[in-house]
Amino acid sequence: MTHTTGKVPAGTAASAGTAPLPAPRRTRTWRVLTPWLFLLAPLALLITFTYAPIANMVAYSFTDWDGVSPELHYTGVENYTEIFTREDLFQVFFVSGYYLIASVVQIAAALYFATILSFQVRFRNFFKGVLFFPSLVNGVAIGFVFLYFFQDGGTFDTVLGLFGHHTDHAWLGTPFSANTSLAGVSIWRYLGMNFVLFLGAIQSIPGELYEASELDGANRWHQFRYIILPGIKPVLTLTVILSISGSLSAFEIPYIMTGGATGTETFVIQTVKLAFQFNKTGLASAAAVVLLLIILLVTWVQRRLVPDDRVDLV
Amino acid sequence: MTRRAVARTLVYLSLVLASVVVLLPLGVVLLTSLKTENETANGGGALTPPRDPLNFDNYVTAFQDGGMLTAFGNTAFILLVSVGGTVLIGSMTAYAIDRFTFRFRKPVVALFLVAALVPGVTTQVATFQIVHSFGLFDTRWAPIALYMGTDIVSIYVFLQFVRSIPISLDEAARLDGANAFTIYRKIIFPLLKPAIATVVIVKGIAVYNDFYIPFLYMPSQDLGVISTSLFRFKGPYAAHWETISAGAVLVILPTLIVFLALQRYIYNGFMRGATR
Repeated sequence: MTHTTGKVPAGTAASAGTAPLPAPRRTRTWRVLTPWLFLLAPLALLITFTYAPIANMVAYSFTDWDGVSPELHYTGVENYTEIFTREDLFQVFFVSGYYLIASVVQIAAALYFATILSFQVRFRNFFKGVLFFPSLVNGVAIGFVFLYFFQDGGTFDTVLGLFGHHTDHAWLGTPFSANTSLAGVSIWRYLGMNFVLFLGAIQSIPGELYEASELDGANRWHQFRYIILPGIKPVLTLTVILSISGSLSAFEIPYIMTGGATGTETFVIQTVKLAFQFNKTGLASAAAVVLLLIILLVTWVQRRLVPDDRVDLV
Repeated sequence: MTRRAVARTLVYLSLVLASVVVLLPLGVVLLTSLKTENETANGGGALTPPRDPLNFDNYVTAFQDGGMLTAFGNTAFILLVSVGGTVLIGSMTAYAIDRFTFRFRKPVVALFLVAALVPGVTTQVATFQIVHSFGLFDTRWAPIALYMGTDIVSIYVFLQFVRSIPISLDEAARLDGANAFTIYRKIIFPLLKPAIATVVIVKGIAVYNDFYIPFLYMPSQDLGVISTSLFRFKGPYAAHWETISAGAVLVILPTLIVFLALQRYIYNGFMRGATR
């Protein structure tokens, strides 16, 4: 029994045959238990609030459960067929398109500002702070700020009036205009985060590279194309993927500003309404499973495209 | 030479334009919050300055009738408990994963890894039932449990830092007779300060701004946090833009103060949090 603990040198263990045996044994039990004591709470929370919901959700998605009654019936893949065939349910995917286009604009603008602010510019910290600040602001406050902005006679109309363009267009009145406005707000809100990430990545590129390239006669565009762009590729890909899943799960801005009216309902708004207003837990679960699968697929594609060497936990 | 000057001007022009786009909507709301009901109703447009720039009546209304005081209290409580809990849970997990070899270590790590890919918005339909079955629905413990239990990013941040702490420190302490808990408490935890700062900032801002979870789990009026309480302004103050604006400014102001005071830490925190 003495040779079970690797720590005790073999010689000592053999010679001290009468040494108290229970001690090493107790230490061994503790050694095995200790990591689990540290992991007890984290694992319990992880399983309760991440894995149990996923398992339940998949199970609900094959039923017609309403979320309250004790009765539920197995309905097979009916919920899934409903999502992809009922036109009013499928509509939300088109709304995601507005946010996808907005992310393209957002990433391009963030890249532009990150690049110019990585060079010497006056009031650099001021501009950096101004561009970044919106991403820290509360979503409900942003929603109200822009409700007033797009309101009849609000900020936007007044500014257009200053330039001699008087209009009584209701910006949130038609599906196209409303979705474009909301997507614009989402650019306003999330641009700063992308910008700061890009800026951080650009600044971690060693400065000698620019100096060397200048000696070789490179201009700013060459530096951007051949030094900056390759240098920030991992962050850029990550941002693209996050933007795709962000566009699919847009919720706060449209929910706060229009509540999903005038054709601005997004996937998540629809799911929340199905589950908590219309008590269609089964259908809502199926919708959530679809969204989860799409996002996992997108993430998987990202991991394939950019092998992430930082995820080397094991 | 002139081409360069033109390029420079265009660069500054774009920066100024972007700043106006960011600041104008916020500035107008600040102006509106200082106007009287009369001024917003028949006033001469959104950009006119308020007649009395020290008119704080709307703030009083927002605070008293809008329940913003309770909201700040609730937010502060939830923020403190859940951020504290996240720090403890994240650092303990990171310590256990990095410093011990044990059976099922790989599956455990995989569980945390995969969970990071699952966006919280998608699973709320079923999470709701679980929270409900614990009797946590419509209590402040629902968001606290969810914020603490589903934060994988902070585990990543802690893990990176735990790794950078030399194991020789642990070994020296063990030779002095310290057990695993003492090592965690006296050596690892104090050395994690930069990671703790990152997690406190990123998590704190996320909790302060979150709308979705309190909106789903705490419908009671007196359990409003700042997001949900502000959201409720939409009903009673629908046309009262001066009151809504005051509420929005009240919510934004603490963020602005924290940002100005902790700028550098905030930039670093978000860069670390996002690139894991």
